[in-house]
Amino acid sequence: MDQILSLAATNLLSPIILSFALGVAASLARSDLNIPEAVAKGMSIYLLFAIGFKGGVSVADHGIDGTLAASLLAGIVLSAVLPLIAFALLQVMGNLSRLDAAAVAAHYGSISIVTFVAATSVLSSSGIASEGYMVAVAAAMEAPAILSALWLISRGGDSRRMDPDLMREIMLNGSIVLLVGSFAIGWITGAEGLSKIEAFIVSPFQGVLCLFLLDMGLVAGRGLRGGSSVLKPGVLAFGMVMPVVGASMGLATGLLLGLSTGGVALFMVLSASASYIAVPAAMRVALPEANPSIYLTLSLGVTFPFNLTLGIPIYVSIASALTGG
Amino acid sequence: MQTHKAKRVAIIIEQVMQTRLTDAMSKAGVTGWSVLPVLGGSGKSGEWSREGQVTRAGGMVQVICVVRADLMDPLLDAAFSVVERHIGIVTVGDVEVLRAERF
Repeated sequence: MDQILSLAATNLLSPIILSFALGVAASLARSDLNIPEAVAKGMSIYLLFAIGFKGGVSVADHGIDGTLAASLLAGIVLSAVLPLIAFALLQVMGNLSRLDAAAVAAHYGSISIVTFVAATSVLSSSGIASEGYMVAVAAAMEAPAILSALWLISRGGDSRRMDPDLMREIMLNGSIVLLVGSFAIGWITGAEGLSKIEAFIVSPFQGVLCLFLLDMGLVAGRGLRGGSSVLKPGVLAFGMVMPVVGASMGLATGLLLGLSTGGVALFMVLSASASYIAVPAAMRVALPEANPSIYLTLSLGVTFPFNLTLGIPIYVSIASALTGG
Repeated sequence: MQTHKAKRVAIIIEQVMQTRLTDAMSKAGVTGWSVLPVLGGSGKSGEWSREGQVTRAGGMVQVICVVRADLMDPLLDAAFSVVERHIGIVTVGDVEVLRAERF
């Protein structure tokens, strides 16, 4: 318990969390602080490239074993199953329509890559190693949840035709292409490749992450300001209960796979996080009648801050305690 | 100067549906259009702004095209098939153009 509290305190007072808090506070206070859209986009490209590249280099250094394929498969299964649990929980906790519940559930099966990036940063600051291929697991967990949500809808008698372009758009969305592509480049070029661009992708990483999370704080604050009225208490509570349920499943999966402390913690983070980039766009195409204020506010305004501030240190501490790391 | 009658169709639609709409317009025989970003607005779901959106799900665009009157029916059918279930506004206006052969 002491370890959890200590890591939580360290995490809460880290520059990245304080930057996020600054963004939320500025937004709630209606400050005109604003990160230009193009700058935010540039920073997200930088972070995805850096995290993918470093993951690839780590795999090149340590080689791959059977757990890579098993982890990818487990990630896909988790992403497909988590929406079913989220949907069932929403039936109990929230009073949402089947359509809204399915749309929310899809977000909780998919992942938040920014939460993943923040978690890798906490792990690296704490000197905890993780499997480099977790980046590929993150990419694999983006899409299956969307199919599960559509299946949930079709079970309710609403037989929707799958938009033929939707799967291509999800699988080839910019974040996945960049993450998997930079992972492949890192894997191919290895430590030698890293040494050539280290000054660009390693040293500035934390600083860029701070600015990016400042922007995410502004966005989350705006979401809370505008969307808090649409969330009933039960749905609000779901936004903090579901990450814990997801993290528990990620923990069991990571332990079963025999991953390192960092790998288990990252599996927990991926399972606990909720998408707010790829899935909302997919839901607007596939389930346009679902209310975006509910799923966006919940994933971005409730679950993302919860995971960033309390979730990550708790998940890392539990993974450390159970793996002896 | 000699001018010619044409129709101007403006469709405000969610950004995620933009390619689907322009593909449908292309199939309906429309050969040219312009896409403009929408900065923000207010509607049935309240006010919204493009500022600070982290996902394409929150953005809107306006697709504008000028066509001959005989293309209107296939164009509107195509546009309606895309916007039917989505947020969107389709408006049609009469305009005059200088070079009729371009439309």
